[in-house]
Parts: sequence; structure tokens; C-alpha cells
Amino acid sequence: MAELRVITFRPLNFGRWVIWGFTALLFALLPAFFSKGFALTLMSQMGIMIVFALSYNMLLGQSGMLSFGHAVYSGLGAFFAMHAMNRIAAGSLDWPISLLPLIAGLAGGFFGVIFGYLTTRKAGTPFAMITLGIGEMVFAASLMFPGFFGGEGGITGNRTAGPPLFGISSLTFGPQLQVYYLIAVWCVACMVAMFALTHTPLGRIANAVRDNPERAEFIGYNTQRVRWLMLILSSFFAGIAGGLTAINFEIVSAENVSAVRSGGVLLAAFIGGASFFFGPILGAIVFVFFSVALSEYTKAWQLYLGVFFVTLVMFAPGGLASLLLMNLRVMKFGKFKRLRDPYVGVLLTALTAALGTVMLIELTYHVTLDTGQGPVTRLFGIPMDTGAPGPWVLAAFVLLCGALAFEYYRRHFAECWSEIQIEIEDWIRDNPT
Amino acid sequence: MLEATLSQALYGVSYGLLLFMLAAGLTLIFSMMGVLNFAHASFYMLGAYIAYQFSTWFGFWIALGAAPLMLFILGVLVERWGLRRVHKWGHVPELLFTFGLSYIIVELAQVIWGRAAVPYRVPSELDGPVAWLQALGITFPQYRMFMMAVAVGMLVAIWLLLTRTRIGLVIQAALTHPQQVEALGHNVPRVFMLVFGGGSALAGLAGVVGGNAFVTEPAMAGTVGAIVFVVIVVGGMGSLAGAFIAALLIGLLESFGKVSDLSVVKLLASLGMPLAPDSTLYPVLTLTLSQVAPVLPYLVLVLILIVRPKGLLGTRED
Repeated sequence: MAELRVITFRPLNFGRWVIWGFTALLFALLPAFFSKGFALTLMSQMGIMIVFALSYNMLLGQSGMLSFGHAVYSGLGAFFAMHAMNRIAAGSLDWPISLLPLIAGLAGGFFGVIFGYLTTRKAGTPFAMITLGIGEMVFAASLMFPGFFGGEGGITGNRTAGPPLFGISSLTFGPQLQVYYLIAVWCVACMVAMFALTHTPLGRIANAVRDNPERAEFIGYNTQRVRWLMLILSSFFAGIAGGLTAINFEIVSAENVSAVRSGGVLLAAFIGGASFFFGPILGAIVFVFFSVALSEYTKAWQLYLGVFFVTLVMFAPGGLASLLLMNLRVMKFGKFKRLRDPYVGVLLTALTAALGTVMLIELTYHVTLDTGQGPVTRLFGIPMDTGAPGPWVLAAFVLLCGALAFEYYRRHFAECWSEIQIEIEDWIRDNPT
Repeated sequence: MLEATLSQALYGVSYGLLLFMLAAGLTLIFSMMGVLNFAHASFYMLGAYIAYQFSTWFGFWIALGAAPLMLFILGVLVERWGLRRVHKWGHVPELLFTFGLSYIIVELAQVIWGRAAVPYRVPSELDGPVAWLQALGITFPQYRMFMMAVAVGMLVAIWLLLTRTRIGLVIQAALTHPQQVEALGHNVPRVFMLVFGGGSALAGLAGVVGGNAFVTEPAMAGTVGAIVFVVIVVGGMGSLAGAFIAALLIGLLESFGKVSDLSVVKLLASLGMPLAPDSTLYPVLTLTLSQVAPVLPYLVLVLILIVRPKGLLGTRED
């Protein structure tokens, strides 16, 4: 008989204080190291995306609901925040700019109540399709009511129009740095709140509904009610992310409720790892890196993001977080040394293959899209003539060599990897506790 | 008036049949493998692009056969080397795999054919209105008629294949009892692979005939994709007959909605209750049916979910 283990409830233990304190400190200190304009923009968007992706993961990771229309809540929240901002500017609303995300969150939650009632009647694949339909409906409707949504151009506002924060005249959210700190405060607060939610009875029963809805119903829970509640809370946080978007960009358009946004947050949450709380945080950072930083360099960034995503789905469905934790486990058991050489081989050959692919894609892209600029393009700073066969042959050669070598090293790596995993699992089985 | 209505009905039916061509492949794949293929609309788009390419090289009639064949091969490859690998992780990663694939396909099409629409035209043999309908006072393009013929031909072919051939019986049995079919010595994974390829080929065929009836551009996957999902939810997940009815319904709704200038305000006025332009809901109620046409399919979806969550002819609870 296994001994009964007593679990004490200590939500504010030392480890958590350290982790959250460290996170807050990191957010506070980052601008000291990255103070350039572009880095600040990037970090602001990462903060917003972290809130959005975590709110999405309340559905995907914690309640097992794959939504294709989550941008509806953040987008509508952003529209309400923008209208509130304009009211503040006009003097007809007395509300601090710093608390605008709260209005957006309530608006998001309100639509969560309405749409959630319809969507959460079903789980699984029908839920996915219905959210897609609702998302398309809201997007189509947003172009239909230009009075509220501003038509194609969207609506704009001015975040500095409100009264300054704490009465200090320089704190008007004009500079990007102040906006960053506002986002950081909201981001940390939302992260803590969403983490706390995973430990409430509702958060736990949501996990049960995800894993086995039938049993959850047997012990007396209405699974539809649980899904609905989770969706409402999730859309509240999504609304907050939308409100932060409105403050950050000072413009909200129909694009904010579009399927592109909904797909983006799905990619972000899944890339990071939906089965871990911190996964979407990683995913949000990577996603913003792709969509903001990489898009500065290449028009094909969505293609790269798609390939990256499909590769993860195929080989590591737990996302980046699971990759990280698996490697940490290998390190903890002191077996990483055996993986070092296979890793070097796999990574180097993968990089070579990727280089060849990128060259081919960029060359083709240049031919189809930038023909007006002449046949010569610059790849990694090197001029290449797309009219001559040379660059094409080189690209194909690099890709072929990389792919062949990669396949060889991949097999070797997979062998070592599964060997080590089996050893670790054997050890865990033989040494319980 | 009657002629105009008939012509609208024909437009609606032909659009509905095109939607059914897409929904049929999607439903077959879904009911067999439990996979909602998000890349289905991308296959449709790819079918149109490949047909365009082939029609510039060899003419339309070769393209009509070649594009579905290419899509069949692509579908088989995707199933064999992609989906089957992901299958062991469960349904959500399978769905996400096809979702990622749809991203990649649309992007690749842009790399190859550019971001603007390509000039994929109706073949000259089928250009112009149908003569005998013209004589009755109804203007209806020959090509739309051809589209309907292809869709109906495909419908009959699927029906014959599923009910009258040996492989069809195996497919039907594998829909509900895959383990037992496997125990009887049939290669069920191969059947899955063929069904996925076949479904992709149907999407490709829809692309060939739909691409030049509408516009061949990268956005065509997105515009039709969501509607097809509406069709299969409204029809009932996994029901071919339901998908057929829902596709016709949505098609007719689209074609009649687009030309109607009916609005709540007008309706009230005709009932003797004119609404003042300064009342609160006036901007909403003055919208005509043609203005709200884009949301109509989704409104149908919402209504069906409230009234009959299973869908029209659905049997599955979830």
C-alpha cells in the first residue's frame, strides 16, 4: 500500500516569490540593456503577445479547446478601448489611460459571455470550426458598420490626451519607454493572475474536462458550464491584450479581429508549448521575433514561420517548452555529454539545409515579386544574379548536401536520444519517489 | 422578374455545387480519419493555380485531368509522410499540422505565381451564355453550366464508387469499424492514404472549375475555406447528404442575398410603420440584405447551432 501523501496548500511559497520577483525584475531592467527604439517596440509587442498567448492557452492547454477565433475578443476589446480613449480625449469620460486595458478586458469578457455560450456547446473539432465561423462573422460585420469599426482604415486615437499618471506631468505615455513600462506592469499582473487561476478549483476542473469530459460529468460538473467560464475568463485577458494594443499602436482596424490574428496567437501558443504554463510566453517571444524582426529582412517570413511550425508539430508536439524540459532532464541525469556530438552534427547539417532552402526561396521570391528591381538581389549582403544559373546551382547544392548529411546525423541523433530516454525512464521506474 | 429569379437560382445552385465539391472531400476525410483538413481550401487554390499553369502550356482540357491528378499525388504524399507521422500524437496535432500546411501552401503559391491574381480564363469553347436558356430570356454562362455538370458527374461517381465497388465497401466499413476491417486483412492505412488523396483530388477538381469561374489568387483559399467549414457543420459533421443540402442552401443564400435590397426599415415601412432616421438602431436596421450578405452563412451557422446542434442530417453528438 502506498502511503498517503499529505499535500499542504501554500500558494505563496518561497520558490514562487523568487520566480515572479525575478520575472518582474527582468521586465524592469530590460530597457536598460535594450534602449534602442526598435528593441523597445519589439519588447512592447512581446509583452502584449505574452498576455494574448497565455489567455489563448487557457483554452487550448488548460481546457482542451482549440479556438480559431480568439482575436475576436482581443480585437473587440481593442475597439472599445479606442473608443474610450477618444472619449477621454474629448473630456466626456473620466478614466485614466493606464487603466484602459481594464475596459477592454471587460468588453472582451462581455463578448466571451455571448459568443462563448454558442461556441462552448461543443468541444473538440466542432468547437474549432464554430470559433472559425464566429471569427469570420465578426470580421465581415466589422467592415459593415463603419460607424463603430471605422471601415477599412480603422479608428485612431491619442494616448497622451488623458490626464498624466499620478499627477506627474511627464508621465503621459508619449514616449515608447513609458508605454513599455505600462505594458510590462499589465503583463506581469496578468501572468500572475493567470497562473493563480490554474491553481483554483475552476482551473483544476477545466483540466479534468480537457482530459476526460465524461468522468467530469459523472462527478457532477457541467462541462459546458466549465468551458464557458474558462472562455469568459480567457476572453477577459485577451481583451486586456487588445487594450494594450490600442494604447501601443494608437490605431485599431478590422485586421485586429481577423483570422490572421487568431491564427497568429494559435501559432504562438503552440510553438511555445501548450501543455506548460510558461510555454506560450516562450512562443510569444519567438512569434513576435518572426513577425516583427524577421519581416524587416524578408517578405517570406510567413513561409519560414509556417515551416518552423509544421516542423515542431511533426517532431516536438510539446513545443519549445517540452524541448527545453527534456534537455534539462537529460542534463540533470548527467547524460548530456553523450548527446553533445550528435547535437553538433544535427544542428550544423540542419543549418546548412536551412541555408540552402532560404537561398532558393529568396531567389525565387526575388524573381516573382521584385522583377522591377533588376535581376540582382543581395543575400546575406552578397550580391547574386538571379538571371545566371550560378546562384541557383549553389543554392540547390547546399540544400542537397545539407539535407543528405542531416538525414544521416538525424538517425544517429534519434538513436542516442531514445537510448538515453529509455535509460532515464528505467531509472525512474526502479527508483520511485 | 421570373427570368431574373431563375437566373439567380441557377447561379446559386452552381455555386452551391462547387461548395459541395469541396465539402465532399472534406467530409469524407473527416468521417474516415477524424481529421479536419484545414489545408483543404489550400488544395482548392493549388488546383486552380496548377490548372492555370497547365492550361497555358497544353490547354484547358489537359489541365482538367492533370490538376486533380497532381493534387491526388500531393495528398498521398502529405498523408504518407506528414499526417501519418503526426497521427500518434492525437487529433489536435493532426489538425494543427494541416493548419500549418495551409500556411505553407499559400505562401509557396505566392513564391511561385506572385501575389496578384493570375489570368486563368474560361476556355473559348465554353465562353458565352447558354443558347437555349437565352431563348427563354435567361442569361446564364455556359461555363457555369459546365461547372454544374462536372459537380453532378463527380457526385454520381462518388456515389457509385462508395456503394457499387469493392473498394467503396471497404472504405465504408473502415469509416465505422477500422479495427475489424484491418482484422479482415485490408490495409486500412493505405485506404486512409487513398481517401486523403482522393479528397485532395476533389478539391483540386473544384479548383480547376472554380478558379476561372471566380478569381485565381492567393486569397481564394481563405475566402472559400471558412464557408466550406460552415457547410459541413450546418449539414452535420460527417454527413455527405447533409453537406449537399447545406451547400445548396448556402449557395442560394449567397446569390439571392447579393442582389436583394431588402432591409428591416423597408419591411417596416411597407407594413405601415416607417422608422425615423434618428432612432437608435436606424443604422443597423437600414442595412440591406446585399450589404449583410457576407455574414449570412455565419448567421445560418449560429442559428443551426442554437436550434439543432447536430447539424441538418448529422448523427454525431460532438
